[in-house]
Amino acid sequence: MATKAQEEISKKLSDYQYGFHVDAKSVYKSKKGLTREIVEEISRQKNEPQWMLDFRLKSLGIFNAKPMPTWGGDLSGIDFENIHYYIKPSDRPKRSWDEVPDEIKETFERLGVPQAERQFLAGSGAQFESEMVYHNLQESLAKKGVIFEGTDAALQKYPQYFQEYFGTVVPPGDNKFAALNSAVWSGGSFIYVPKGVHIELPLQAYFRINAENMGQFERTLIIADEGSSVHYVEGCTAPTYSSDSLHSAVVEIIVKKGARVQYTTIQNWSNNVYNLVTKRAKAFQDATMFWLDCNLGSKLTMKYPAVFLMEPGAKAEVLSVAFAGKGQHQDAGAKAVHMAPNTSSTITSKSISKGGGRTSYRGLVRVYPGAKGVKSRVACDALLLDEDSRSDTYPTMDIQEDDVSIAHEATVSKIGEEQLFYLMSRGLSEQEAATMIVNGFIDPIVKVLPMEYAIEMNRLIELEMEGSVG
Amino acid sequence: MEETRIDPAAHKKITPSTAMKDLPAVFHKDVTLEIKNLCVAVEGKEILKDFSLTIRSGEMHIIMGPNGSGKSTLCNALMGHPKYEITGGQALLNGVDVVGMDPDKRAQLGMFLAFQYPREIPGITFGNFLRHAVNAIQKTNDPEAKGYGPAQFVPIVQKQFDVVKMDRRFIGRSVNEGFSGGEKKRAEIIQMSTLQPKIAMLDEIDSGLDIDALKIVAGGIQNVFERINMGVLLITHYQRILNYLKPQFVHIMVNGKIVKSGGSELAAELEKNGYEQFVKKASENGMAAQACEMKR
Repeated sequence: MATKAQEEISKKLSDYQYGFHVDAKSVYKSKKGLTREIVEEISRQKNEPQWMLDFRLKSLGIFNAKPMPTWGGDLSGIDFENIHYYIKPSDRPKRSWDEVPDEIKETFERLGVPQAERQFLAGSGAQFESEMVYHNLQESLAKKGVIFEGTDAALQKYPQYFQEYFGTVVPPGDNKFAALNSAVWSGGSFIYVPKGVHIELPLQAYFRINAENMGQFERTLIIADEGSSVHYVEGCTAPTYSSDSLHSAVVEIIVKKGARVQYTTIQNWSNNVYNLVTKRAKAFQDATMFWLDCNLGSKLTMKYPAVFLMEPGAKAEVLSVAFAGKGQHQDAGAKAVHMAPNTSSTITSKSISKGGGRTSYRGLVRVYPGAKGVKSRVACDALLLDEDSRSDTYPTMDIQEDDVSIAHEATVSKIGEEQLFYLMSRGLSEQEAATMIVNGFIDPIVKVLPMEYAIEMNRLIELEMEGSVG
Repeated sequence: MEETRIDPAAHKKITPSTAMKDLPAVFHKDVTLEIKNLCVAVEGKEILKDFSLTIRSGEMHIIMGPNGSGKSTLCNALMGHPKYEITGGQALLNGVDVVGMDPDKRAQLGMFLAFQYPREIPGITFGNFLRHAVNAIQKTNDPEAKGYGPAQFVPIVQKQFDVVKMDRRFIGRSVNEGFSGGEKKRAEIIQMSTLQPKIAMLDEIDSGLDIDALKIVAGGIQNVFERINMGVLLITHYQRILNYLKPQFVHIMVNGKIVKSGGSELAAELEKNGYEQFVKKASENGMAAQACEMKR
């Protein structure tokens, strides 16, 4: 029943047999659609412990039982029967780029991934379709006990962390797409940072969807032990196809006492990707969780990075930028759930809509009874580039304690004729002027990015703005 | 620090020996801006009526007039503000009619407007903004031009800051954001001095300046005027800026038309007798408005 597209994929996959990688016959691609057999096959291929298979099957049941969400974006275009849930491009993650199959390597070289690792990263990983094809960490960090592995490999090597933490921050029953990920997850990063270890340079993982009608379901688990710190960056891209792909990740983060985790995303999926991601952290005493979330691509993104503030002194910060062009809907935001006294959260969201694109801020701040002295501040600013574009704000405040300080502010502005005229009177084209105003608008967030990513963000905004005016 | 953050690669490449230390030497010659029978409407209301004036390289023209006489309209219309509709006439820059061109095209041809109310652009540093503007204009004149990198550009713009005695740290601040009135006006002069236009229009550049700032800003204008021999059209309400400038022409504008032209002695006369007599004269022969109506 192979379609033409499938044949092409098969052909591409078979090409991987050339060059350095001779044992590519282990490459596997599941049939379209989601069945118990496929879930079992994924688990079998990965040689997983029984408990993980049980976890997957239980999650599949939850996924099948849960209705599609009726809020957020339009999910009616997703055809669960027309998706490949598992495509295995190569047999196991490599530690050297030389060993990565040529075509995959070329893909990542074009994306600048190996160069970035050499220049400014402490370690990097690359996921192609369903599997991590490359993962490497600086020797000095490995010696200190830092673990940075593909999640599948880590499950084999460090089962104790998985038994303790996997599925505890985002349980399968959390939402339909978390259940789906829990059933068919593959790939993603596992990070463990030992007590008191500070990783100065970022760790990066790059996610690439290559095939048509592909479902990518990576699963990331980060544990920052007491007093440690780490900055993890993920980037994502995919080719443009006429039919849609689905990316549905789950990210779980444990930030222990006094630790700090920064999780930076530069999401630039092609405009045929549904990006439905559940990201959540638990922050314990005096710990800091910082989500920096940049969403430029995808057809529809629904993503609300969350922090559960479990113990006194925990801090949450979420900075997010969303850019929605023609045919795009960025439904993004943040959640801060204050479960302990003297915890604080700051949520800053900036969104830009152009060419009929739509952005929504959807946020939740919840304070449980007894969580005295909580401070929370939410600010969302939207910039509309034209009359056709749209921006909405859906803030939910559920404050069950009186002794708190909560602030919320929202602004919507249109790109101003006077600002444009001023810049154009200096010789800048309308597009350059509008790009400059947009870059200025998101500067408070871009400023927080490491320099290399800040440059990349500015470049991406320029690309997004191309042909947007005039 | 802002400067280097945006483009670190360029920063690294530049060594002192390759860095250009100054702007290219410019001395404009034989440029004319010929404003012929210009009629301008704002939201359907005719403000400028059959207005004519010619400005040449090395000429400084001052236009004075009471509020609402159409002085700012003239500047904005000449620069191509979309709200100002040109309903008749021409503005020929060396024979090329700029009417209908986008503002950036006019800037690229060598026109410049110092704004009465310069706009704030949050998140974009003054240095970066000006560098992009200089590069954009340079590129139109020479498509092969590489443009300035941040590290090359900073020392050049620093010099311009020194000329108007402005704190160099403003280079790294957002464009006009949080600038005082005087700082905004100085920043306009810095832009003019760096962009080196053929024809510069200055719209009430003296408003909101104390006497020290006025001296500095006027000194900056005179300096650029002499250095690059541009043509200047300066709009003002007050005679006092003329104490520090050496214009060849002073025009009095009432109701969208020039009612009298002369040298600097005209400004002195105005200072003594006010606009009253000119306003009266203009209303007596108030035919101009109708002239435009007919053209349309």
